[in-house]
Amino acid sequence: MGSTNSTLSKIPNVEELMQETGFTPAHIVRLYDRFEALDKEKTGHLRPQDFGAINRLAMNPIGDRIIGAFFSPGQETVDFHSFVRILAHFRPADKKHPKDPSMPEPVNSRTSKLKFAFQLYDQDKDGKISRAELLQVLRSMLEMQVTEEQLESIADRTIQEADLDKDDAISFEEFRKSLEKVNIDHKMSIRFLR
Amino acid sequence: MEDLWSIAVVLLQVWFSVMIGFIMIPAMFGLSLGVTSVYIQILVKILEVTVRKLDEKAYLQTQYLFPRPQKKIIVDLHKGEFALSDSFYFYIKGLESIVDDQVTQRFSSEELVSWNLLTRTNHNFHYISLRLTIIWGLGVIIRYCVLFPLRITLAIIGLTWLVIGTTLVGFLPNKRLKNWLSELVHLMCYRICARGLSATIQYHNKENKPQKGGICVANHTSPIDIVILANDGCYAMVGQSHGGLMGVIQRSMVRSCPHVWFERSEMRDRNAVTSRLRAHVAAKTNLPILIFPEGTCINNTSVMMFKKGSFEIGGTIYPVAIKYDPRFGDAFWNSAKYNMVNYLLRMMTSWAIVVNVWYLPPMTRREGEDAAQFANRVKSAIAHQGGLLDMAWDGSLKRAKVKEEFKEQQQKMYSSMVMGKKGRNSQEPHTETTRRQ
Repeated sequence: MGSTNSTLSKIPNVEELMQETGFTPAHIVRLYDRFEALDKEKTGHLRPQDFGAINRLAMNPIGDRIIGAFFSPGQETVDFHSFVRILAHFRPADKKHPKDPSMPEPVNSRTSKLKFAFQLYDQDKDGKISRAELLQVLRSMLEMQVTEEQLESIADRTIQEADLDKDDAISFEEFRKSLEKVNIDHKMSIRFLR
Repeated sequence: MEDLWSIAVVLLQVWFSVMIGFIMIPAMFGLSLGVTSVYIQILVKILEVTVRKLDEKAYLQTQYLFPRPQKKIIVDLHKGEFALSDSFYFYIKGLESIVDDQVTQRFSSEELVSWNLLTRTNHNFHYISLRLTIIWGLGVIIRYCVLFPLRITLAIIGLTWLVIGTTLVGFLPNKRLKNWLSELVHLMCYRICARGLSATIQYHNKENKPQKGGICVANHTSPIDIVILANDGCYAMVGQSHGGLMGVIQRSMVRSCPHVWFERSEMRDRNAVTSRLRAHVAAKTNLPILIFPEGTCINNTSVMMFKKGSFEIGGTIYPVAIKYDPRFGDAFWNSAKYNMVNYLLRMMTSWAIVVNVWYLPPMTRREGEDAAQFANRVKSAIAHQGGLLDMAWDGSLKRAKVKEEFKEQQQKMYSSMVMGKKGRNSQEPHTETTRRQ
């Protein structure tokens, strides 16, 4: 009964958003409903606590990091547009459209996905994944199951293998190179967001 | 002016005689005139014919919009070694749960693939045609102006009769007569209430009906479950004692036969609760207790974790599976969204409530089985019979947060993959995991 259209009209600049992210109107509506469901106090913004209420996410070893990815540094709230833009990174790549070099890189291309993944490791945004940052991620994923020494040896080995210019940190290019054989589109996509 | 008045009086008289003659009296004696089943059949036909157009388009849409849980990608993780891409698995799982997650889904109403002309179940449908809107409009008029007043009157009569009847029976001294009459009164009132919701209930396997001195256990979808079950037998209710109207009803019910009502403060003390229930069950002549072990209302697509408290009382457990037909009305009570009155009003303006109730064979705790395992066994039986999903989640997650143990489980799983093989990662065999400082 026109509910899709009426929901779309509630969202400002929805055309731009769809262009930028490549989501269909149906998906935007779905995400909007989800956004509203998470925004329990109806403020129009989400705060970290609203994400924290999702049980599956609270259970995730790197849940905090994922939540952090939605908030730009210094910001304490995320609005619907930013919410959608971040999720757009995880759309499966559009295989049909030929690569047009004049158009800006689509937000769900392999490079964009890798950049996003890189940022999840590189929390201080200095362009490099330091040993400490890598250890942090490892610690979250393994916590009390392994000793500190084991964690350090894993971190050392990983850096040794990926670090080509021997500066004891992994830059974006080194990151990309070490993952060149990995099917990023498969691993970093949420299927139904096609 | 006088003409109008006399017409109104006549209408009112007709109204009441129809009510009493056709609905109440048959209801009290458990007879059915078959009107409801004819009504249901007509309804189904109308829905099929008018809504067929929506089906295809809607189905295609929903295929894309409903996330299907991704198959375990854990096999993709590098076995025995850490790789930078391992964290991606956790990222994706986290993001999936942000976009939609299995648990919260259970606490919101089931989304129907095809529409049943109730706007409350219409989530993502476009405006299709004028014809459909007209039919929907007619539906609204019928539901609100014809069915609703009828049902409200019935409900009020039913409840009033319950209070009066049970109080009257309470005065009788004789044990056997009292019990017999009290059962009669209870049954009549619940039947009237059921008519007040246009409920069509189908009972299966009546030979397994709960016996005196037993405990009846069922999955919980809404407060109406009580009315549904009590239509076919008498139960001792268990619950918190309320004030106000509910309190009046509760107190009068206790006069005619023993129910178990707890004060709020008593509920906290688990031992007190268990001992009271045990005492009730031990007296073999008491009616079977009715308990909903999930502890909260679930949306009738799955059965969540059963709290083991009810299974520690002892005695025989009689499991019952209740499944509502979602085509006629959404019976789920979303207590976060609607309060009780709102919910009842919605129930009374749905098309009808069609329920299937299965009585399962009685179960007792086996040797060496603890309460939690027994609870799970009963839960699986109920889920299996009712065609519901058997979920391990705790219903109280609706309100509370996940425990730390679940996070540790995830970490354990991942670490066994990375550290499992004695590869380059382990320096020396470790016999105990030392906590980091």
